[in-house]
Amino acid sequence: MKNILEINNVTKFYKNSVKALENVNLNIKEGEIFALLGPNGAGKSTLINSICGIVNFNTGTIKINNMDIIKNYRTTRKITGIVPQELNLESFETVWNNVNYSRGLFGKKPDHNYIEKLLKQLSLWDKKDNKIKELSGGMKRRVLIAKALSHQPKLLFLDEPTASVDVELRKDMWDVVKKLNQDGVTIILTTHYIEEAEELSDRVAVINDGKIILVDEKDKLIKKLGEKTIKIELFEPIEKINGNLSKYNFTLDQTNKIISHTYNLNSNTTDITELLNDVKKDGYEIKDINTEQSSLEEIFIKLIKENNNELVRN
Amino acid sequence: MNWYGIKAIYIHEMERFRRTLFQSLASPIITTSLYFVVFGSAIGSRITEIDGINYGSYIVPGMIMLTILTQSISNASFAFYFPRFTNTIYEILAAPLSSFEIVLGFVGAAASKSLIIGCVIILTANFFVDVRIDHPLLMMFFLILTSITFALFGFIIGMYAEGFEGLQIIPILIITPLVFLGGSFYSINMLPEFWQKISLLNPVLYLISGFRYSFYEVSDVSLLTSTLTILTILIGCIIFITYTFSKGYRIKD
Repeated sequence: MKNILEINNVTKFYKNSVKALENVNLNIKEGEIFALLGPNGAGKSTLINSICGIVNFNTGTIKINNMDIIKNYRTTRKITGIVPQELNLESFETVWNNVNYSRGLFGKKPDHNYIEKLLKQLSLWDKKDNKIKELSGGMKRRVLIAKALSHQPKLLFLDEPTASVDVELRKDMWDVVKKLNQDGVTIILTTHYIEEAEELSDRVAVINDGKIILVDEKDKLIKKLGEKTIKIELFEPIEKINGNLSKYNFTLDQTNKIISHTYNLNSNTTDITELLNDVKKDGYEIKDINTEQSSLEEIFIKLIKENNNELVRN
Repeated sequence: MNWYGIKAIYIHEMERFRRTLFQSLASPIITTSLYFVVFGSAIGSRITEIDGINYGSYIVPGMIMLTILTQSISNASFAFYFPRFTNTIYEILAAPLSSFEIVLGFVGAAASKSLIIGCVIILTANFFVDVRIDHPLLMMFFLILTSITFALFGFIIGMYAEGFEGLQIIPILIITPLVFLGGSFYSINMLPEFWQKISLLNPVLYLISGFRYSFYEVSDVSLLTSTLTILTILIGCIIFITYTFSKGYRIKD
């Protein structure tokens, strides 16, 4: 699949010499949902704002559909939409005017049928004549999405799309994002909610201190960096782990009945069949077996911790 | 050219004007009426004529200029500062609009509002005094050029202001005194020679003088000097805005 976005060696300094982005390289494939993860101040929003032309970057190049975003800003911006993190809206304007205004800004001829369809799709149609100040936070977030989609972009940036949104609405938003993607829109989202990235994205990048520290397919990432824990519940408690079990890195819980072993999904060092045979050989009877896999959130925390330690060492 | 984009900004700004139509028009009408009561009736009864023109009629061009200058500046500065304040500016910066197109949308709307208010003042003045316009085309030329020039000036303030107070400082501390001391309500020939020379340093004097010429064919300075002055201010504003945009609008960095 071809790249819709190519970022090469992008560096951005703010006026106070704070380095916000450092040699960022990233390619986004057409049609994918890409999640950009990182702690506060990592550079996620700066990167998105640089791509969309909201802030200037100092060095490097950014191309959308193989066109430089500075030299060909009219063409590239026409196919790009952005939903900002904050609820930045004109409070005294109606939903209808707000969305049509956005379409006009992006150089598109008025199309009331399309805007009507869009507002219906986002469950905003019955609110079209309401002023923004009369809407709830969730509805405002939907208006921002409607504004970003008003000019039918091919590449959509969602900067923390479900920040301060309740669980039910978050699920609704996920459905909207999935539907947009099915309709052919490439989506790049930044999020604090790892479950969001886990639920939606095809690929994930982790950014920390202005640098991309990892890019991979979500499933591969979980497999590569994820850990799995096998918990074996025994009928009888045991005093100490010895015998055949001592060759595994087992831990014993407080009841002395559950033994746990954690192993890397990518390594071939643990043979589960052999492990279970060893338990049986040592004369223990198994009551239950349970496995737990590390989430993207745990992987993310681990990565950031390692990266921060590396930064301190350097 | 992104004409739809320019139109979107223009209509968006004019919509704000429509929403606050009463305040937008009531204020200049009441102020103009008060000027006529105070200057026209109270003081005007002691100054019967200036350059052969009835005093009440004589001050009409100055009053229009006073309103046009302050309205153009405040409309444009507020229009550009407000999206900066609410952060809705992100959408304009991300849109396929050139700097020129952004300025055209905002300044066009601010100048249009001022022109409407200017026309309302001319109508209001007619209720109090006889208003004669000897050169209507020249009058419109000055009115439009002044509205655009000072809307550009307001746009600059909107780009540089760090707060709502910042929008008020230059209009209150610089523009209003310059207009009052620029012959809005008198001819500089009525001043002592020293103050006449000082008054010639005031650029607003040239605008009012040229504008008054279009009404009554009387002026303190030549029409050519007036025209060159307004064009110089216009070019100065354009150069300054171009420079600021080239540095990233003071927003993009």
